[in-house]
Amino acid sequence: MAIKLKEQAAKPERLAPGHRFCAGCGEPIVIRQILNAIDEPVVVGTATGCAEIATSVYPYTAWNVPWIHNAFENVATTISGAEAMYRSLVRQGKMPERNIRFVAIGGDGATYDIGLQFLSGALERGHRFIYVCLNNEAYMNTGIQRSSATPMGAHTTTSPAGTVIPGKVQWRKPLTEIIAAHHIPYVAQASPSHWRDLMEKARKAAAVDGPSFINVLSDCNRGWRHGTETTIEVMRLAVETCYWPLFEVENDVWKLNYKPREKKPVEEWLKMQGRFQHLFQPQFKHVIEEIQAKVDEEWAGLLKRCEA
Amino acid sequence: MVVSTKMALEGAHASAQAMRQINPDVVAAYPITPQTAIVQIFSQYVADGEVDTEFIAVESEHAAMSACVGAAAAGGRVMTATAANGLAFMWEELYIAASLRLPIVMSVVNRALSAPLNIHCDHSDSMGARDAGWIHLFSETGQEAYDNTIQAVRIAEHPDLLLPVMIMQDGFITGHAVELVEVAEDKAVKDFIGTYKSKYSLLDIDHPVTFGAWDLWDYYFEHKRQQTDALSRAMEVIVDVGKEFGQTFGRSYGVLDEYAMDDAELAIIVLSSTAGTVRTMVKKLRQEGLKIGLLKLRVFRPFPAQELVAALKDVKAVAVLDRSISFGAIEGAGPIFLELCAALFAAGAAPKVVNYIYGLGGRDVLPVYIEQVASDLREIADTGKVRSLVNYLGLRE
Repeated sequence: MAIKLKEQAAKPERLAPGHRFCAGCGEPIVIRQILNAIDEPVVVGTATGCAEIATSVYPYTAWNVPWIHNAFENVATTISGAEAMYRSLVRQGKMPERNIRFVAIGGDGATYDIGLQFLSGALERGHRFIYVCLNNEAYMNTGIQRSSATPMGAHTTTSPAGTVIPGKVQWRKPLTEIIAAHHIPYVAQASPSHWRDLMEKARKAAAVDGPSFINVLSDCNRGWRHGTETTIEVMRLAVETCYWPLFEVENDVWKLNYKPREKKPVEEWLKMQGRFQHLFQPQFKHVIEEIQAKVDEEWAGLLKRCEA
Repeated sequence: MVVSTKMALEGAHASAQAMRQINPDVVAAYPITPQTAIVQIFSQYVADGEVDTEFIAVESEHAAMSACVGAAAAGGRVMTATAANGLAFMWEELYIAASLRLPIVMSVVNRALSAPLNIHCDHSDSMGARDAGWIHLFSETGQEAYDNTIQAVRIAEHPDLLLPVMIMQDGFITGHAVELVEVAEDKAVKDFIGTYKSKYSLLDIDHPVTFGAWDLWDYYFEHKRQQTDALSRAMEVIVDVGKEFGQTFGRSYGVLDEYAMDDAELAIIVLSSTAGTVRTMVKKLRQEGLKIGLLKLRVFRPFPAQELVAALKDVKAVAVLDRSISFGAIEGAGPIFLELCAALFAAGAAPKVVNYIYGLGGRDVLPVYIEQVASDLREIADTGKVRSLVNYLGLRE
């Protein structure tokens, strides 16, 4: 299971350079870490979104592995169809067993919102596939609109910070818990700032005989509003503030993977990002307190769950 | 000729029988009245090990077609079935399946679209999908639904086409009606459809391919041209497969099914089960000396423009029976009427054409309505005038 950097570095790239992701984007980092961690051959599906359009501008492709894009909401179902075909052909002796792993990748819009039913259905049916949510906390591909993953207080173009309303009013959907409630063999939350943790999780997900899900924080500096050089730093701070805890649920057993030595105030994370700048005006300062309270509440709940 | 067994089957059961014999690698489907019988019966075949199919019991029709797209891109034979709102729910995926050139075969048991909610037959569902890039075959009887399903596999997988095919039958009228259906021996069907090897597959990990790339102004247009050309070529394949099917199974199929058209001066064009009623009435009217014939359309997409123009060349007046409305079209006409008018105009042909909307939401089609149509046609042929372009059969006004 252990990830050895030297061995990993020697493996061929599954997502080729020359793709068109923005400088400083978190997504290709996550995709490369995950696909690099999986030793078996992969078939990848991607929902409509940045990860799709940045990698497949016809007549070019950045994919060195079989890849399909179908539509926005249905990557889990598309991959479940491919996985079912694989099982069928192998069982009938129409193709040899090749130990293929099926990976579905969707953004938070595709996963938390428009595709939740599709994902839930595919999980319930028990297809053997790894679902990766590249969670950049808004519809970034269409120009930064709020999703149900967008945190409270964030400015997006459909939850703009105004003189009266301080950005998004609602908290975020507890998607990782919702997926865990499907009682599938493996569920995890991860961040590429903690790459070893993420890669080990990808490996575990690939090893289970059934559905698995990894919710990965995936910074978008265009939407979060910070420099292209601080991507990993911003994500690390999301973990250090316990805004984005790293945990896993293996066969219904909850485990915390990382406990910061010193839990930093969420304000430190907020102030790095332009999307929260309006919260530092006196009239909106209470929102920062509300966010802190939400983070504390969720963190306490998670600690309790992981102890039980 | 192959050995076959006569079985008393509902139309939906006949489709399910064909699916069993085709033995697709993957079926992804969701129940909806009046298609439900197909998915139920097929599930039983899976449960009893009568097929090798991996059956995906999805959570919606959109998911059904989404899974079919993923499965077909993975290289094997893929089938599904739906009706009405289920087909409408698939709308996005219908285009994607056709545009990715995936030879998926789907049974559609025609049913009215909501609202108001109605579970009975009309053609608004598949007509709503008429520009999605699928081949559309309509079936009058359970036998035709069975035969068309088998042929659809060959048509869809033809290397020049690689296009999805939907096979229609009328909800309840055909789908739930028990008729005698000649079911061929399994081996004959297996031999007729042969094996399918896709040119590209997601599962070919040694030769990775990209499906569903982002395609901009510099290539999208050319891809659409290729797609429309393929659909145009389909007519030839449909005819060839129909002939070969006839040689093997004893029932030949063409594009149009002509009845009493040889010296006809009047003609009625119709789809599916209503053709039976019209045929009976044409027979009766012929005995009364009226030179009337029936043109049953088997293929709606691609639209058989040339074939229709040729069949109507000596006809003075033609009535098109539409079981759906193209809302907002000229006088609220139906889609077959509109397509026929375009075909006739483009060919410079000039029989008088009149449209009848009928049977919406399962409204019964009575023989007397067809007599009314025939009487109108006679008047139009005599006077050269169409008093009302779009008319309604069996409607209270």
